[in-house]
Amino acid sequence: MSRRARITVFAFAAAGLAALLVASVVDLPAFGHYQGAYGNQLNREAVAERHTTNVVTAVVFDYRGFDTLGEEFILFASVVGVTLLLRRHKDSEDEESVLRKAPDDHTRSDAVHVGGLLVPPALFLLGLWLVAFGLVTPGGGFQGGVLLAGSLFVVFLAAGFRPYHHLTPTPWLDFAEGMGAAAYTLLGVGALLAGASFLHNFMGPGLRGTLESGGSLPLLNWATAVAVTAAMLLLFSEFLESYVVPSTRPLR
Amino acid sequence: MSYLPYIVAVWLFLVGLYGIATSRNLIHLAVCLTVMQSSTYVLLLAIGYKHRGTAPIFYGVPVGSRAVDPVVQALTLTDIVVSVTVVGLILALALDVHRRAKTLDPDEIAALEG
Repeated sequence: MSRRARITVFAFAAAGLAALLVASVVDLPAFGHYQGAYGNQLNREAVAERHTTNVVTAVVFDYRGFDTLGEEFILFASVVGVTLLLRRHKDSEDEESVLRKAPDDHTRSDAVHVGGLLVPPALFLLGLWLVAFGLVTPGGGFQGGVLLAGSLFVVFLAAGFRPYHHLTPTPWLDFAEGMGAAAYTLLGVGALLAGASFLHNFMGPGLRGTLESGGSLPLLNWATAVAVTAAMLLLFSEFLESYVVPSTRPLR
Repeated sequence: MSYLPYIVAVWLFLVGLYGIATSRNLIHLAVCLTVMQSSTYVLLLAIGYKHRGTAPIFYGVPVGSRAVDPVVQALTLTDIVVSVTVVGLILALALDVHRRAKTLDPDEIAALEG
């Protein structure tokens, strides 16, 4: 099909789709007037039940914790997929030769060096805070984990590939990614051993509005943070390595 | 005006779809897909919004205050994670395609495979 024909077909299809979508959204409750029974009930009861003041985190790691288990394995599967696609070109190459072949990207600007010293620790600390207090104030394992990974990625931006590569050894990332996902699952099994259903919050609710609140929720939160940090760093590393050491060999 | 956020979501979805249908570069296509997915964030958050509602975080705010729906916010979080994983996979596949075909233009790739 020629490009012009494709755009013509698309124009008709999109006009039909637009009409259907608009017709369906105008029947939604008017903006600002939604009364979700489930959400309202959680807003009323989650704090009293779990003692965590962030209800979104309570939904993610407790009330709908099983969905988050699935989400975590989606992330895991994606990292495995990217790794399988990109890493197989490097079978014959060991770490040493990757580092030897990498181009010289050492930064020589003092301003970038100073920034590289200041920004990553600040971002890392902010990431830890977001994870730790994710059940009290805005934050959580996913958000904090992305920030933790981002703080290490700034090292690449400020100092180049080799320091970043030394800071994030792939075997450790593989281990952390697996352990994060495993810890989440094992906490679910822990609930089974305690006589409750899978992933049930089997520990006491603790002190309201503190880091001790939520029972097993903060543990699931930290397991997720570790898995997300490792997953993001693994994705960065795989793309970076195939960028600095491009393989010209086509796949079969 | 009360349907404006929903219309924004529809617009983002269609504009992303247009980008995908006319894309000449797989990386551009992946970005268009994230635009499409952001329409679902807008839709979910717009549905859960309540007038004069605060965030569903009751730290320093008494329980029972008017707050927006926490369930759609958790769903949006899931949505973002899925978006990241999908974009990661598409970009890895794009690298793979570029290695084989030496191009990222979907039309040229289709032409190569006959």
